[in-house]
Amino acid sequence: MTSLSESPAAPAPPAPSADVRLRLYRSMVEMRAFEKRAYDLFLQGLVKGTSHLGLGQEAVAAGFGVALRPEDYTFCTYRGHNHTLARGVPMAPVMAELMGRQLGLMAGKGGSMHLTSIPHRMMGSYAIVGAHLTIANGAAWSSKLRGAPEVTVCFFGDGTTNIGAFHEALNLAAVWQLPIVFVCENNRWMEYTPISSVTAVAHPAAGRAPAYGLDPILIDGNDADATFAAAASALERARAGGGPSLIEAETYRHGGHSRADPGKYRPDDEVAAWLARDPIPTYRARLVAAGVDEGALVRVEEAAQEAVDEATEQAMASPPPDLALVHRDVFSDGGATWRR
Amino acid sequence: MAEMTYRDAVAYGIAQEMARDPSVVFLGEDIGSAGGVFKATVGLQERFGKGRVVDTPISEQAILGAAMGAAMTGLRPIAEIMFSDFFAVCWDIVANEIAKARYMTNGQVALPLVIRSGNGGGARFGAQHSQSVENWAMAIPGLKVVAPSTPSDVVGLLAAAVRDPDPVLFFEQKSLYATKGDVPDGELVDELGKAAVVRHGPAATVVALAAMVPRALAAADELAREGIEVTVIDLRSLVPLDVTTVATSVAATGHLVTVEENPRLCGWGAEVASIVAEENLFDLDGPIVRVTTPHVPLPAADALEDAALPNVARIVEGVRRSLA
Ligand SMILES: Cc1ncc(C[n+]2csc(CCOP(=O)(O)OP(=O)(O)O)c2C)c(N)n1
Repeated sequence: MTSLSESPAAPAPPAPSADVRLRLYRSMVEMRAFEKRAYDLFLQGLVKGTSHLGLGQEAVAAGFGVALRPEDYTFCTYRGHNHTLARGVPMAPVMAELMGRQLGLMAGKGGSMHLTSIPHRMMGSYAIVGAHLTIANGAAWSSKLRGAPEVTVCFFGDGTTNIGAFHEALNLAAVWQLPIVFVCENNRWMEYTPISSVTAVAHPAAGRAPAYGLDPILIDGNDADATFAAAASALERARAGGGPSLIEAETYRHGGHSRADPGKYRPDDEVAAWLARDPIPTYRARLVAAGVDEGALVRVEEAAQEAVDEATEQAMASPPPDLALVHRDVFSDGGATWRR
Repeated sequence: MAEMTYRDAVAYGIAQEMARDPSVVFLGEDIGSAGGVFKATVGLQERFGKGRVVDTPISEQAILGAAMGAAMTGLRPIAEIMFSDFFAVCWDIVANEIAKARYMTNGQVALPLVIRSGNGGGARFGAQHSQSVENWAMAIPGLKVVAPSTPSDVVGLLAAAVRDPDPVLFFEQKSLYATKGDVPDGELVDELGKAAVVRHGPAATVVALAAMVPRALAAADELAREGIEVTVIDLRSLVPLDVTTVATSVAATGHLVTVEENPRLCGWGAEVASIVAEENLFDLDGPIVRVTTPHVPLPAADALEDAALPNVARIVEGVRRSLA
């Protein structure tokens, strides 16, 4: 937590254990390898439609992914590949979903923007800006009513702080003291417009937290130690009945908004400055400096690459979905029948 | 058997389900300590507590989002949207989120939830508090759409909606709240998607919904005085739509008249008419006639609103046009 006058200015949190650090590193490296492959496959025309990559934002997803318990719930946006992998969803069905194959996580019925895996408590990726903040509240409300020690985490972008649903959700979460953590990934850009040019406060989430009686929490979203520490403390607070948190994690997307967007509307020096703060090499250097055996890191990197290769092969080998799926699962009887 | 108002039947029906199933929770604006702006939910918070009957801020998206998230994680929420006109401020949650979740996730997500709402005109509330929006709901794949016309249907269909594994939009017609009817004793559970033939007659089939049912019955009385006996069907549910009951009746009468409170374009009667035209054309001995509110926003003044909503005279005239 920090004052909002400068950014990112969070004091260095206590270092997590060596085991946690290795898990954070592995998680980020897997996400990076996966997203790079997804981009290549998009350029090859194998990933159709659209996809919104999380390249550069891995430290946020990894920090929370490692801190979450299996019973906790994740809600995220269309920029949700990282968050899905962070819940332990296997790569092959995620890759196959992007490619519209039968093996896909939802057999191709959702696509890149709607990754969902209920068994992993990955409760969905939502593509209407803001809506899922209200839905995440419902899961947290349910945990509270059922007396279950579950916490809901809800990720969204900086642009989401300007839609009405953000306000409705934050207020209700605060009034009902819900066990929920809202995480704003402030990557400075909405689609093609800088958030600063359309927002009344300098910190779109943290600057609004006091309006809901919440502490302003601003963290370095490119530092996995910082995201893990913020996650752990917000989760603990929620689990202990302390109510919601709103965390603004400052980060940057390395690529464009979606598809093959090169992101050319962003100033070169801004891009260069953030690339220099790439969460993965900087974290690697920190681990090496802390005495972690570099061979172990190399093995993590190789394993991630192999996992992505294997997932790609499996996805490519999968046929297109069964066409009967068009008419399935509109209603609970498994079909689409609206008449008697 | 007890006589009760349509209004009291709402609280009675909710109580039946909340008493039976502890996972049923109820949320909305002014529903708890105030007992609802239409006094349709009086006593529920006292009986079931503030944990299960929850007053919310004026945040329709947050209400429906909370209902959805709770339904995804083991509860069976009933949410109230005070006036159905307010669906316009939370339609994203209804149409993009709730309706599509099961489909987009390839069946991973079930949403056993009910959204109740005060629907329709007749109260002189003007154009933003009087709309009949059941046809909006019907246009979205993934939603079930119910609109009861009697107190016993309120109880029975509400129970069926709460127990249904799919999201159900439950339209309570505001102009019916003060009407009375008998509600059988004991647990009452109806079935979604079953129309009721509420009057039998060979001359024509008049299909109506919610507040239009008593008007259609009054029109049938008037026609009967001239010796024209018509069948009146209370559709009760738009999704699922009981095509069989309508088609069977049209096969016997040869004439179809729909009576809709929604404005004309893309009203539910258009769908019923198109199905009958496509599948039962040769059963018809006259044109299909739709009696609807004209394609206008509803005016406030009593004289104007009465002139806009379908009334007995227009229904009688509609039947005559089909028979001519
Ligand atoms: C209600 C709504 N308005 C507009 C869009 C189109 N849109 C998709 S992503 C996006 C930018 C969102 O920015 P932000 O919340 O910062 O998230 P990011 O993409 O940076 O992760 C916009 C405008 C949408 N999907 N939903």
